[in-house]
Amino acid sequence: MKASSRKRVAKEIVIDDQFCKGCNLCIEVCPRKVFAKSGKRNRSGYSMPQAADMGKCSACFLCEMTCPDLAITIIEENP
Amino acid sequence: MHPLANKYIRKRTLPLIFCPGCGDGTVLNVFLRAVDDLGIFKELALVGGIGCSGWLPTYLQSDILHVLHGRAIPFACGLKLTDPRRKVVVFTGDGDCVGIGGNHFIHAARRNIDLTVIMINNGIYGMTGGQVAPTTPLQGRTQTSPYGNLEPPFDVCDLARSAGATYVARWTAAHPVQLLKTIKEGIEHPGFTFIEVMAQCPTQAGRYIEGTSNAGELLNLLKKRSVSQEKAKETPPEEMTGKFVVGKLHHLTGKKEFSQAIYESFLPEKSR
Repeated sequence: MKASSRKRVAKEIVIDDQFCKGCNLCIEVCPRKVFAKSGKRNRSGYSMPQAADMGKCSACFLCEMTCPDLAITIIEENP
Repeated sequence: MHPLANKYIRKRTLPLIFCPGCGDGTVLNVFLRAVDDLGIFKELALVGGIGCSGWLPTYLQSDILHVLHGRAIPFACGLKLTDPRRKVVVFTGDGDCVGIGGNHFIHAARRNIDLTVIMINNGIYGMTGGQVAPTTPLQGRTQTSPYGNLEPPFDVCDLARSAGATYVARWTAAHPVQLLKTIKEGIEHPGFTFIEVMAQCPTQAGRYIEGTSNAGELLNLLKKRSVSQEKAKETPPEEMTGKFVVGKLHHLTGKKEFSQAIYESFLPEKSR
């Protein structure tokens, strides 16, 4: 097996709009610039990010580990 | 909600009380992962002092103590001596650990009691309104040092090492992967473990000392200021002002652990 065939692939990035506080750390830490501001606000009034370009995501889990409110969940294709 | 949060967090306490972009949440996030990887949730006992970071234990569904300002480590020592099989983790802030509880900290390190002390250092008393702390950088403007701080800050990792701690590490909130590995190693290490996490505080330290309340910018500043141990050896000391060394700074095995020593010397073999 080649090393590339073991690559982790993210299917979806879920951002919980109940807990997100709109600090935009996910936009800052993502090395591949997957996230962008969505322009929408959640119920608490915080400006929410969104996973704009899922094709770039390499499932490094940096956003999930950095999120201070445990709001980001990465769902993998083949966990 | 994240599956780990669903598993370990008291749901009625959510959302977390921290300001948007606070580094404390990152530490909680990484700590949950470490506990999940090690599978030690039932043996955990968490102690938190006063301050923003002292709130971290109250979110977990494990046994917790939320105690007096600066007195997290003495309570944790008592807890550890009552039941040495427990994995005791102390969450404290810089003001709590070396400001008010400085003496308790150095004496727990001297005894080499098996605690894991996670000190979240934001360089200011954040919760009480932004007063100058023992870790505030030189010339830092705070509410109680409006013309710039004249007191040199503590290097808490050096203090822990010289007081006798056997595992000392420092990371920042911008290094979650390395921090996860360190917390796992620290919990497994039999002896006094001190982990310093440099964290951003957008509301107080960010606004008054750094001049920005953007959490992302503050995180990049932390990353820029952290120097690895190899690079620090080559860098001349005058270029190291305002920067800090990150990594596993000290690891000593073979030193006698305090609770074990007490039980061995005062209790007969069968009642241990």
